[in-house]
Amino acid sequence: MTTVAQAHGLTAERLAELEVELERLRADVVAQLGAEDVDYIRRLIRIQRWSEVGGRASLFLGFLPPFWLAGVAALSLSKILDNMEIGHNVLHGQYDWTNDPALSSTEFEWDSSCPAKGWQHYHNYLHHTFTNITEKDRDLGYGVIRISGEAPWSAVNLGNPLYALGLALMFDHGIMFHDVDIGHVRAGKKPWAEAKQSLKNGLRKSGTLAFRDYVMWPAFTGPLFLSTLAADALANVVRNIWSFIIIFCGHFPSGALEFTEEECEDESKGHWYFRQMLGSANITGGPLFHIMSGNLSYQIEHHLFPDIPARRYQQIAPQVREICQRYGIPYNTGRLSRQFGSVIGKIFRYALPGRTKPKETIMPRTPLQAPTELVAA
Amino acid sequence: MPSGAVSSRSRARRILGQAVRVFDVAATPYGIDRYVELVRPSWSSSEVRAKVVQVRRTTRRSVTLTLRPNGNWTGFRAGQHTQLSVEINGVRQTRCYSMTNAATDRNGLIELSITAHPEGRVSQHLHQSMQKGQTVGLTTAQGAFTLPLGEPDHLLLVSGGSGITPVMSMLRTRCALGWEKPVTFLHYALTESDMLYRDELSELARSHPGVRVVRVFTDQPGAGDLDGFLSAHHLDSAAPGWADAEAFVCGPSSLMDAARSLFGRIGRGDHLHTEAFTLTQVTAEAGLIDGTVRFGASEIGRPSDGTPLLIQAEAAGLTPLSGCRMGICHTCTRRLCAGVVRDVVTGDLTAGPDVNIRICISVPVGDVEIDL
Repeated sequence: MTTVAQAHGLTAERLAELEVELERLRADVVAQLGAEDVDYIRRLIRIQRWSEVGGRASLFLGFLPPFWLAGVAALSLSKILDNMEIGHNVLHGQYDWTNDPALSSTEFEWDSSCPAKGWQHYHNYLHHTFTNITEKDRDLGYGVIRISGEAPWSAVNLGNPLYALGLALMFDHGIMFHDVDIGHVRAGKKPWAEAKQSLKNGLRKSGTLAFRDYVMWPAFTGPLFLSTLAADALANVVRNIWSFIIIFCGHFPSGALEFTEEECEDESKGHWYFRQMLGSANITGGPLFHIMSGNLSYQIEHHLFPDIPARRYQQIAPQVREICQRYGIPYNTGRLSRQFGSVIGKIFRYALPGRTKPKETIMPRTPLQAPTELVAA
Repeated sequence: MPSGAVSSRSRARRILGQAVRVFDVAATPYGIDRYVELVRPSWSSSEVRAKVVQVRRTTRRSVTLTLRPNGNWTGFRAGQHTQLSVEINGVRQTRCYSMTNAATDRNGLIELSITAHPEGRVSQHLHQSMQKGQTVGLTTAQGAFTLPLGEPDHLLLVSGGSGITPVMSMLRTRCALGWEKPVTFLHYALTESDMLYRDELSELARSHPGVRVVRVFTDQPGAGDLDGFLSAHHLDSAAPGWADAEAFVCGPSSLMDAARSLFGRIGRGDHLHTEAFTLTQVTAEAGLIDGTVRFGASEIGRPSDGTPLLIQAEAAGLTPLSGCRMGICHTCTRRLCAGVVRDVVTGDLTAGPDVNIRICISVPVGDVEIDL
């Protein structure tokens, strides 16, 4: 059987060269890190906090529709910034080099139901280390959505679109339960005691956040209790839908789960880099879009260098793309509507039995397109 | 102070503390501090921070800072130090400095004197760029090198170079307390112009009974009261009867070694107190595996075997969080409390105290301590 690397014409020597090039690129960026990056993330944190303060304050005037709407908008902005450009990236250790406890991956906690520690385990470790390996990377489908023809079909999968909608609305809770991972416990692959601890931590964290959003702040606004509660709930849903869209666009459009455990055993760093690039997809957009998506719109660069401050991905993207072209590795990028369209297409397609790809799925456009299709099919 | 005032103040503090806790829930998950600091950067409900209120450059290589710490500062005993944190090009750096003012001061201010060392990136930065109005991070006062609570019959304070700082605080405190028993202040500087607190020391010797100041300028023979380095002869002439003194010595290791041997020889080792001012050896030889690894939080120490700290921690029976074991996931990030480590991927050296390291790819270079 040919491996994915062989199908791309990549020998061990070629992968070693790829490793050297990418390590050099990484070293160049790391050498540039400094006050500019710290100022940037602190400015965003300030914007996030002020928008939260502003949002909470305007809900005290929530009986006036413009203030209610402004409150929802400001709180949504605050939560999106917190989860994406600030939380996700700080928790990746992107700012650990600053030695600032407020920017430390071990000390940061975010405005999301999933406790930072639990998320770090399954996301930073399992997802980023075992990206794209069947059975090991659990981020694909989140255990509830069938997103690949490789996965066996059952009648339960008919609910795919419904599950996706539910997950989008409750995404932060979805992430929390994803860490608990009942599926693996049921399959006997994870001890219940471990899952129980995750569940306990998750419920405590999400309980505190729910108390804050649905009891405490509504109570502060007195007679506006219900109006504030509704605004808080809506802001959480807006954040959930937005992060669902961005995160599903990060891996789904390209077709995933391509590597077997055997071919990744004792793999070289070069092969690891190769695997990261294959499973990820970028989204094009303006500066504000990239900030709001936590620069996960540069998913390929993020997967290569998950611990480099995300604002630097834009800077290295042209070089990564050029390297991909030279090595014949697909570089999947497209505008949001196209990428998310392909995600929706897959969610509907794989609700039904069968392995064929939906028509609208965009295949990588690179010189070596044909072998990629062979492997994926 | 009337006791009523004290109890009403402590009640106010308690109520404030409870209010802070309520707001902490409202401000979950960040806590109230993260909002208050938007408008008052030096305020914090738990961290010690201080505002720079005065900057003086008294010698060519030194800067004296007067700081106003926030309410989390709990005072200090003469001789103690604090860990000062500043940011240099976005990276927070932490170094230890002794308070130099009298511990009896009630004006809420502390003073630190920093000497710029040619190899010291942090001290040079402090020397060049500290300005009035800046906010710095501190810790509460630390250290057991402190002036005795009761007045000793004979106090001997010996210092070399920037080691003058803790004993300066001891002398100032002693004078402020109105102690009158003899104290000898023996200081070694390179040259007269390098000597910190030169004028003030002369003034203290003049105006306070029992204070004797003896200066030695090691690069300027003939300019001081004595020549050369610490010896029995120096002690005999500077502090007759030194064999009965309570001695406090701070300075380079050669000075402290000399003091240890002098006091050891007369069987008075337990009356000698020393404080090392260690320059972190960033230049430590890479590949050096001799040394011990201390897991501070677990109080375990073991000789280093030259493997990454994660491996060594596991070998010591600890089970630190870890993930990818290749430096990408940051699950194993820990604080390096002291010492130097080498990154096995890049070969870069990182020196403590208080920096984040990924223990899966960090090999100790010499003695290290990590928060594990």
